[in-house]
Amino acid sequence: MEFKVPTMAELMAMGEEPEILFWVGCAGSYDERAQKITRDICKILHHVGIKYAVLGTEESCTGDPAKRAGNEFLFQMQAMTNIEVLNAYNIKKIVTGCPHCFNTIKNEYPGLGGNYEVIHHSQLIQDLINEGKLKAEGGESFKGKKITFHDPCYLGRGNGVYEAPRKALEVLDAQLVEMKRCKTNGLCCGAGGAQMFKEPEPGFKDINIERVEEALTLQPQVIAAGCPFCMTMLSDGVKLKDKEQEVKVLDIAEITARANGL
Amino acid sequence: MLAQLIFLVITLAGVAFFTFNARKVIRNIKIGRPAQRNDKPGKRWMTMLRVAFGQTKMAKRPVPFLLHLVVYLGFVIINIEVLEIMIDGIFGTHRVFAGLGGFYNFLIGSFELLALGVWLACAIFLIRRNILKLKRFSGVEMKTWPKSDANYILITEILLMTAFLLMNAADAKLQALHEGHYLSAGSFPVSAYLQNLLPSSTSSLILLERVCWWFHIIGIFAFLNYLPYSKHFHILFAFPNTYFSNLEPKGEFNNMDSVTNEVKAMLDPTFVPADAAPGKFGAKDVNDLTWINLMNAYTCTECGRCTSVCPANITGKLLSPRKIMMDTRDRMEEVGKNIEKHGKDFQDGKALLDDYITREEIWACTSCNACTEACPINIDPLAIIVDLRRYAVMEESVAPSSINAMLGNVENNGAPWKYSPADRLNWANQE
Repeated sequence: MEFKVPTMAELMAMGEEPEILFWVGCAGSYDERAQKITRDICKILHHVGIKYAVLGTEESCTGDPAKRAGNEFLFQMQAMTNIEVLNAYNIKKIVTGCPHCFNTIKNEYPGLGGNYEVIHHSQLIQDLINEGKLKAEGGESFKGKKITFHDPCYLGRGNGVYEAPRKALEVLDAQLVEMKRCKTNGLCCGAGGAQMFKEPEPGFKDINIERVEEALTLQPQVIAAGCPFCMTMLSDGVKLKDKEQEVKVLDIAEITARANGL
Repeated sequence: MLAQLIFLVITLAGVAFFTFNARKVIRNIKIGRPAQRNDKPGKRWMTMLRVAFGQTKMAKRPVPFLLHLVVYLGFVIINIEVLEIMIDGIFGTHRVFAGLGGFYNFLIGSFELLALGVWLACAIFLIRRNILKLKRFSGVEMKTWPKSDANYILITEILLMTAFLLMNAADAKLQALHEGHYLSAGSFPVSAYLQNLLPSSTSSLILLERVCWWFHIIGIFAFLNYLPYSKHFHILFAFPNTYFSNLEPKGEFNNMDSVTNEVKAMLDPTFVPADAAPGKFGAKDVNDLTWINLMNAYTCTECGRCTSVCPANITGKLLSPRKIMMDTRDRMEEVGKNIEKHGKDFQDGKALLDDYITREEIWACTSCNACTEACPINIDPLAIIVDLRRYAVMEESVAPSSINAMLGNVENNGAPWKYSPADRLNWANQE
């Protein structure tokens, strides 16, 4: 990276506080594909000059997969440990790179003593566009390209965020097309509820294939995602359908970063 | 006078038997654990008005929405006619509201149009189920009783509407003949066309009118008493069920207070929980679920919108959210019967998990909330699935091996994969 990503510990050592904490998430930290998205989110934050920081090695799993899998103990252990760290740093506002982290910190942490303003990175991008701080210029042109957005369950149905990611795509002057099952009717990629970490039960099809087939009927050039798990599922699906050359699966943050030449 | 007496006996018996069964239903719901859903009453009333009265969530599928709307309006509005039938039956009067004059004619006229609408809608519903065989109405859980149940309801409604229209036709014909107490009242835009099919002798007409009148009212009492045995209970439960629906974001799962106490005690040995005795974690049987889960089960009318949008079910997995609700109701009624026969503490050695709902089903769920979004009356199958998972994981430590591996990773290295926490920031030093 061309710039250094600041950590909370470093800012604190300098006696400073960030405007916003970027909660990277496990996928964003370790998954190679998701790491690219993480770096792009940092590039956007750096580009617009927001004072931000990450927790770095002090971050730990939010507990989302444990909770969805039924291990409430492990979830609350993770949550309380994380809340202790966040509160110690006096965190007020958090942006997450993952709808699962977003949902968990926003909805499930307050009851355990963690009260923060939490937004998903698509909402950050929407805000920046609305404030005029972010445009789509100086980079790759998406003009006229056919893009379809896959709603992540924990962003869309889970929290009613449907417009923010679409707003981020609208500025591209691209051709936005919707799948039949979109927004409140969106079809899951197949990874939620801890499915990401296990083999699916027997059936006649994998859920990500069902979803990718639906997307491919629109013949898009880009399938846009907003979640690292959806990213994995959709990319795998496109690969299996042998459409990697024609169709790119890109995160909202990647598209924004590319459009701005970051 | 005898007729009035018989009417009174039938009415009292109908109400008494329904009360008897309704109490059993309430007792069954009370098998569930307590749960607090009394916050934000204003928002709750609004939700009930919008979702149950206003049927807003039905509108997503326009064809069944319109057909169902006709039946719903028919049910609500034609019941004004039932009020008249009740008064007539008890006091031996005939068309007691006829004094309303022009407004009465308007009422009877609208009832007739609605009755025709209900008749046609139910006929189309029967065709959709039995001839077109819509996928939504099939599935492993829709064999035997649930399949007949739906047909019985539709056929009964058709019979009731037929009786209502025939009764009016005979009545109108008697009115034209200036027969006895058949005073001229009402307008008959639909049944007028049936008059030619009827016999012309006064005695046959009176017989037909009376038979239809009695059939209509006895039919309604029979229908009321059929509800507790049927999926059709939604016509009553839709209202409390939407009032007590989940108002939090769908993505939010409740934090278990019993676990919070234990975790706080682990992290801070000086912590003393406010209320002790955590009991069981999660749900193995219906008595571990909350009364809201159980009310949901009685409310379900097995329309299958949940199952038809479930990603697991669409791709051929065993999971069907509708089956989760139906199994919960079946098990609850079984437990209820056990209580009646063998007393409150009887154990039959069976449970909701494994004897009704299999592990394969609960582990196929992606928690995507498509089912809860699709349900027209805010039933929540996901809450039951999650509680069953909680039992499996926290009480039994039984989960698919890959889930156990993931849980182990979160516990040991703070991520669902086996990566070192020390490497968490490595992404920042690449590219």
